[in-house]
Amino acid sequence: MSIIETDLDTVLDVEQSKVLGALRNNDLENEAIYIFREVAAQFERPVLLFSGGKDSITLVRLAQKAFYPAKIPFPLMHIDTGHNFPETIAFRDKLVQELDLELIVRNVQDSIDQGKVVEESGKYASRNILQTTTLLDAIEEFKFDACIGGARRDEEKARAKERIFSVRDDFGQWDEKNQRPEVFDMLNGQIELGQNVRVFPISNWTELDVWSYIQKEAIEIPSIYFAHKRKIFLRDGFIWSAEDDVVFRAEDEVVEERMVRFRTVGDMSCTAAVLSDADTIEKVVGEIRASKISERGARIDDKRSEAAMEKRKQQGYF
Amino acid sequence: MEVLKIATAGSVDDGKSTLIGRLLYDTKSLTDDKLEAIEKTSKQKGYDYLDFSLVTDGLVAEREQGITIDVAHIYFSTPTKSYIIADTPGHLEYTRNMVTGASTSQAAIILIDARKGVIDQTNRHFFINNLLRIKEVIVAINKMDLVDFSEERYQEIKADFEELMGKRDYQDQKITFIPVSALKGDNVVNPSINMPWYKGQTLLEHFEDLDKEDVYNVGTPRFPVQYVIRPKTEEFHDFRGFAGKVYGGELSVGDEVVVLPSMTRSKIKEIYFYDKKYQTATRRSSVTITLEDEVNVSRGDMLVKVGDLPTIDKQFTATVSWMDSQNLNLGNKYVLQHGVNKVLAKVENIHHKIKPDYSGVDTEVSGLAMNDIAQVTFRLNKPIFYDTFKEHRTNGSFILIDNQTNNTAGVGFIE
Ligand SMILES: Nc1nc2c(ncn2[C@@H]2O[C@H](COP(=O)(O)OP(=O)(O)O)[C@@H](O)[C@H]2O)c(=O)[nH]1
Repeated sequence: MSIIETDLDTVLDVEQSKVLGALRNNDLENEAIYIFREVAAQFERPVLLFSGGKDSITLVRLAQKAFYPAKIPFPLMHIDTGHNFPETIAFRDKLVQELDLELIVRNVQDSIDQGKVVEESGKYASRNILQTTTLLDAIEEFKFDACIGGARRDEEKARAKERIFSVRDDFGQWDEKNQRPEVFDMLNGQIELGQNVRVFPISNWTELDVWSYIQKEAIEIPSIYFAHKRKIFLRDGFIWSAEDDVVFRAEDEVVEERMVRFRTVGDMSCTAAVLSDADTIEKVVGEIRASKISERGARIDDKRSEAAMEKRKQQGYF
Repeated sequence: MEVLKIATAGSVDDGKSTLIGRLLYDTKSLTDDKLEAIEKTSKQKGYDYLDFSLVTDGLVAEREQGITIDVAHIYFSTPTKSYIIADTPGHLEYTRNMVTGASTSQAAIILIDARKGVIDQTNRHFFINNLLRIKEVIVAINKMDLVDFSEERYQEIKADFEELMGKRDYQDQKITFIPVSALKGDNVVNPSINMPWYKGQTLLEHFEDLDKEDVYNVGTPRFPVQYVIRPKTEEFHDFRGFAGKVYGGELSVGDEVVVLPSMTRSKIKEIYFYDKKYQTATRRSSVTITLEDEVNVSRGDMLVKVGDLPTIDKQFTATVSWMDSQNLNLGNKYVLQHGVNKVLAKVENIHHKIKPDYSGVDTEVSGLAMNDIAQVTFRLNKPIFYDTFKEHRTNGSFILIDNQTNNTAGVGFIE
């Protein structure tokens, strides 16, 4: 007879604990696993875009679940802005090694050196937008036909209409007015040569869903997500890291040391911290539950204009 | 966490966006920075109230036109449930979006402007929610503040709507009427003090009380195989796992199953979810199943219980909702995707168009244009294993893909 195991967060009686659905009852997880399997079945060269952030780490866990006991049947790719938190990179390398995954890294710095993009300058200089070129080049280089990403529809208004399978033309562009309807569970991944599909398995998750999942699954995440002492300075009501020379800091911007954590771990130059004492996952989830600042509020590049995200997406931004 | 997905339908200006905004506001789901943005824009526009419709209107083009043009998803949660609202526009020409939004929803809100009452659009919204067999429908009679919160007006509209209900095909659909004012907040999250005559639940209370399993249509278990897992490692040398999602009912270890289309019989040996084994997989769980015997199974095949076979046929008739700008014509060929299985289909016969407002059928048809709904017979190059849509929402539906453009051109409900 098979072994029956339970790992409940609630206590269930024995009879009920035999039923998988009653154990987990997580529609979002089931949906994400279903999507991963569709990707593996429908595409020849999928890749998981890995940023080192909590959303892409969650994706890796979901992919493990989708294909167990086999290995994840596609590589991870990191588009490295060169402005990553060192903790993120160390974490990435450890994860890849532990799970015996293939990792591809492509650098924004190379795109700059090749003269394909120009480094921004000034107070709000960021490499976030430059990533797009490096990404599109890498897609072409490896002939990827499906790029799996951790974007969620609740992150931002323009994302609310993104499909789970979102077709990009050969220029990586998104035509939001001409999207394929997605009915029931059926995902249509049929594309022309040269096109690719962006896939969003956790489309329907909210930030809190991700955090709760990380807690429940005891998934390891980079240390900067937890409260730590850091040298910071204030600008425009945001808290910036002053420990690295990536973030532009004017002479009159005063550095102080505070307990902070990061809610996203994107490009250091446009990722702000929040004041926090939450140094465990339980405390972080508690804080998020109570918090009233939306996650992207901590990303300065979206603030540039209300339609910022939509514009970047049309150009092929992830 | 329980997830409840709700589709919304209403004509332009009935207050759909305001209602959704109100739900978010009263459940404290709006973050400070979003609230600030709304306050700022409302002020810029010179409104003396908060324009909640800004919560849902996403894309630039829409913001310019001031209307919603596609399916947008909005998220909020309460301590008991996570909610996803599929905001679909209610214009005449957007049947396709409503079908899309409703196809993945377990509940629907149909919005009526209390001043206008039941209008042609209402018929359409109801027709589509009924066609898609959504179990729970809330008829929210909005803008009650503009009709002096009148019970008489509410009863009048309710009676008109009940007349429609007599015509519906899916009679088991549960319908609940709630008088609301989205703008003022009556009966959305908080009970109304202006309508003491209404003794029922508020909109949110109603959703909170819905039992998760009750909102899904139950059928017989179907297990379409998505992917075959062969680890080829030392530890799992001979492992052949069939990955898929269980639809309709449960499957358990020991169940005798038939593999379609080969008709081979075997028994379920193990059910894996990640690295653990379970006795039973309930519906909607994404599991990996191994069989007692070495059976040839590939993507698109289906495991069903012995004695519980679906129909296996190369020809069937379905209600089709057309979603493409290129017409569906007699003799056209499409890729038909039924779950995860793909076959080629040819349009054999177009019987009649169905007017999606209960005004009858149109027998003079040559082809289907976008937003048309019609009864169509298809012939396939290979048999598929289907149930009727009535019996099985998942195994009774399919999409049609245009081989030239690769677009999802239509969706069908098998009769
Ligand atoms: N008086 C009143 N006005 C409302 C109510 N709900 C919406 N409105 C107004 O009706 C107009 C259209 O609302 P909106 O939410 O944009 O409609 P939509 O097109 O269905 O999304 C706006 O001016 C709203 O302020 C209500 O309950 N009472």
